[in-house]
Order: sequence, then C-alpha cells, then structure tokens
Amino acid sequence: MDITEYIQLVFTDYTLRTITLGTAVLGAATGMLGSFAVLRKQSLLGDAISHAALPGIAIAFLITGAKDTNTLLIGALVSGLIGTFWIRGIVTKTHLKSDTALGLILSLFFGFGMLLLTFIQKQPNANQAGLDKYLFGQAATLVESDVWLMAIVTGICLIVMLTFWKEFKILLFDADYTKTLGFNTKTIDILITSFIVLAIVLGLQTVGVVLMSAMLLAPAAAARQWTNSLAMMVFLAALFGAFSGVFGTAISATQNNLSTGPVIVLVASVFVVFSFVFSPSRGLLFKQIRFIKNRRDLELHKTLAFMHHIAETHEDISHPHAIKLLNNFQGYTRSTLQKLVEKDYVELKGNMWSLTKIGFETAANLYTKQVTENE
Amino acid sequence: MLYNSMDKIAVKVDDLTVAYNYKPVLWDIDLEIPEGVLMAIVGPNGAGKSTLIKAILGILKPIAGSVTIYDKSYEKQRRLVAYVPQKGSVDWDFPTTALDVVMMGTYGSLGWIKRPGQKEKKAALEALEKVGMLAFKSRQISQLSGGQQQRIFLARALVQNASIYFMDEPFQGVDATTEIAIINILKELRKAGKTVIVVHHDLQTVPEYFDWVTFLNVKKIATGPVKDIFNDDNLTKTYGINYKVSIQE
Repeated sequence: MDITEYIQLVFTDYTLRTITLGTAVLGAATGMLGSFAVLRKQSLLGDAISHAALPGIAIAFLITGAKDTNTLLIGALVSGLIGTFWIRGIVTKTHLKSDTALGLILSLFFGFGMLLLTFIQKQPNANQAGLDKYLFGQAATLVESDVWLMAIVTGICLIVMLTFWKEFKILLFDADYTKTLGFNTKTIDILITSFIVLAIVLGLQTVGVVLMSAMLLAPAAAARQWTNSLAMMVFLAALFGAFSGVFGTAISATQNNLSTGPVIVLVASVFVVFSFVFSPSRGLLFKQIRFIKNRRDLELHKTLAFMHHIAETHEDISHPHAIKLLNNFQGYTRSTLQKLVEKDYVELKGNMWSLTKIGFETAANLYTKQVTENE
Repeated sequence: MLYNSMDKIAVKVDDLTVAYNYKPVLWDIDLEIPEGVLMAIVGPNGAGKSTLIKAILGILKPIAGSVTIYDKSYEKQRRLVAYVPQKGSVDWDFPTTALDVVMMGTYGSLGWIKRPGQKEKKAALEALEKVGMLAFKSRQISQLSGGQQQRIFLARALVQNASIYFMDEPFQGVDATTEIAIINILKELRKAGKTVIVVHHDLQTVPEYFDWVTFLNVKKIATGPVKDIFNDDNLTKTYGINYKVSIQE
C-alpha cells in the first residue's frame, strides 16, 4: 500500500479514521500536559498514575460485571486520583522523598491491580476476557464516542490551560514566590495534576498502563530541545504527540498485526532521539560542531598571537619572517596559515610571512576585546 | 540616620515558633522592624534566617505566633510586601526570558486570570533598567551569569512596588560589581522610605551596608540599630565563643 492509498483509506475507513483521530487527539493532550510534568520534575508521576489506575479498572469491572469502556475508565480515574493524592500525602507528611513515594505507590497499586486481574480470570463469567488489554492498550477497540470524549476533555483542558496560563507558568517556575503574591498554589497544583490524571486515564485504552508515561514525557522532552519559550514548548509537545499518534497508527495499520500503542511510543521516542541530536541550540550534533569550531578559532588566535609576538619586536610590523619560525609552534598548521591569509591578517611571499596592519591590530586586541564582550 | 519615622512599626512578629518535625528551627521570636530601616538578619548556618523570612511570608506554616504588617494581618497587607528568594531555589533552565521573569512581579496585582499588558511590560522594563539588565531582556535565563540572575530576581521584586522588601541572601555568589550595584539599589529603596530586610552572611560589611541588625540563632539574640548593638558581645552570643577568637586572628 503506498502513501496516497493509505491517506485515502484514513478518510474512508471508519476504524482507521477513528483510531487515527483518537491517537492524534490523545497525543496532543498528553504532549501538552506532559510539558508541565517535565518542567515540574514530576516525570515519574505519569508512570505512577497510570499504574495506579489498574486496580480501578478491575474493581469497576467487578462491581458492574460489564466491560463498558467509560465505566472502566471512571474506575481508573478514581484509583488514579487516589494514588496521586497518596503520593502527595506521603511527600508532605513523611520524610520520604517523592521518588520513593512514586515508586511505592506505583508498585503497590500495580501489584494489587494484577492480583485483581488474575482473580477476575478465574471467575465463571464469560465477559472476563480482554481486561488485560489495558496493560498494553488496544487502539483497535476505539469507537467514535471514545474519540469524542477525548476531544471534549482535550478541549476543556486547553481552555483551562489558556485561562490559567499565567498562574501555571509562575507556579512551575517559582512556587514559593507564587504563594507570596497571594495565589492559592494548592488550587493551581491540583488543577494541573487532575488534568494530567485525566489525560493518562483517557490513554489507557489505547496505549495501556505500562507505556502510558512515555506519551506524557517523550513529546515534552523532544519539544524542550527546540525552544526556550514555554508557550512554544507546549505547542510543539502537542504537535509531536499528535504526529506520534498519526504515524504510529499508520505504521501499525500497514504492517500486519503490530500493536498500535507500542508503535506510537516508539515513534515518539524517535522524535526524542532526533531532537537530542539535531536541535540547533541544545542538540549533541551542533554542540560538537560548535566545540570543534571554537577549538579551530582558538588555534587560529594562538597562531596569530604568536606571530604578533614576533612582529612586535620589529619597528615595521609588516617585516617579513620565515615560515620555518612557526614550525616549532603548537597549533600552527598550513591550513591555519592559509585561513589567516584569507582573512587578510597575514601576507605570504615565498617562504616568508608578514602581518598586515589589520592582522597586527586584531592580534593586539584579541584578549582585551573578549573581556569587554563578556561584560 | 534615616529612620526618622521610628515610631511606625512596619513588621511585627509575635511569639513565632517554627519546627520541622520535633526540632524547633525558630523559637518564640518577637521582633519589631521599624519603617524605613535597611536591616540585616545575621546568624550561623541553620540559625533559621531563611526560615524566619519564609514564616513571615506564609511560605512555611509556623506552629505558633502571628505576623502583622502595619498593624494588620499579613494576608490583608500582601500587596505591601515583596520577596526575593534565594537564587538557587528555582531551576534556571526553565524555558523563559529575563523580561518574562520580571513580569511575574506584576502577577500579584493583576490577580487571577488577567494577563499582563503594556502597562505591566513598561514597569518590568523600567525595573530591568534600574538593575542594569535592560540589554539582557530577551536573554534565556539559563544564559545569564549568577550575578545577572540575582539582579533579575531583584528587578522582579522592584516591579511589585512594595513598601517592605524581604531578601534571602541577595549577595550570595555575586561578584564585587554586582554587590555594589545591589546595595546601591537597596540604599535607594531606604531613601524612598521603604523597609528592606536582608538575610546576610558577610559580617564585615554589616556596618557599612545596614543601619539595623537582628542577631538570630534559633532564638532572637538582639535587634536594633547597628551602631548600638553590632558588637563582640552579641556576635559571641550568636556565633558561639570561637567567633571572637577567629575574627581577631
């Protein structure tokens, strides 16, 4: 199947359209909210919340005996919220640090959830099969109403974020200071956290408990590499998240039987790796290029300074000297000499070099100039 | 000196006690800070200097005691108070610019939801100019030096246009140029009748910079004009017996 055929299919095929839209909306929502989690250094919170949701799904099934998605997700939401507030409670009321609290709640709730799942499997109920799909998600089960629900929640989340943008930003940057300005930081905090929980719960059906936190973190981590503005970061994270959903769905739909959730997460990780390497300001590649360039510049400066040192001893600054003189000097190569000639700092005549007026002045001001630039 | 309206008390602290778990960090602090003074809070590490400021500002919850600002509760007088936290208390890799951070100083008077506009931007630019950072307004904050970051924090507090300023170690890790720039701004604030309270570490500069001082070591040791109480006796009481010896060497 080629690309145009696939795109046509997205518009005509109900299932494919639903899944594509659903994963795109989900990716946008988690990317957006993930930015906040990453900037608050609560990256692991998403992991804890998604794992904490599992017993809620099992209990909701045990109570209702039905596998209605919305009912199960309400169960997930409740137990996710309980897990989150326990984490908060542990951090504020005990000596334990947040990573310990997160790890504790994550494994406790997940363990309990797994226990309930195995218990449910042994029940004489024809309905029981398939609950374990919440572990890794199954995008194929998405129906139109699920996508609507996601879209509505994402819309509300967007409106709240835009309304309280200023409050969110200042809380993320400096919580203590926010308090002194008279804002109720607890309210803002609960608002942000609740939306993170909501986004995670919505994604459980598609991506599943185990991989959900990647949807939160990967787009945000990738976005941070490209910008120094919070608004841009949130926007890019939403964009990366949405594209991960669309591309992930496309790959899993065209390659037979590849599970959608993991593919989406892998696509999101590709965004991360690409951003880490190729971002112009923070990327590894450009950092290395800048490093090499700086080193070359420095070698050039060193050669020029050495030439200046020699030229200084003569009354005529452009008095020619033998190139041989430079051979003992570290940092001197034929190419640095050539570069200096290109910059009009140096003139070459046969085996002799001489500093030009510009070259002499540049060399004399090489270090004093840097000092003033720094100030 | 300049504290001519000494009868007016800007900040009054009564019986303030703060404890982390069982250990008291501040014990039964009574403090009256007159309007218009430039006051240093000095004391050894762990004496509760930052804690005192945080408890006054409601960032930490005291287990006992009360704070009034011009005879009314702090909650009612918040607008009169500005805070400069320790530079290390935030992540400077946060994606934002210098101007944006200074603008945050206007958020309090804006209240919930309302966005900063031209008026707030103008005020922020003025504050940036006052601390000599106007040229860096669009700079990403992680690309600022320590001294520049400190100036940005100062500018953020200046924007609040408060009457009382609390500053937590504003001279920490800044070079001599920045230190002079900051102290000049603090002296200007005092000249304008503002009250400035500074957690301070360098005892040598206390008589030069400040006119009022509070000695703190879990309990309040002494408080008053520098010329009257900044002496070996109080220093020894605050820092322990060894202090005097070490300064004489």
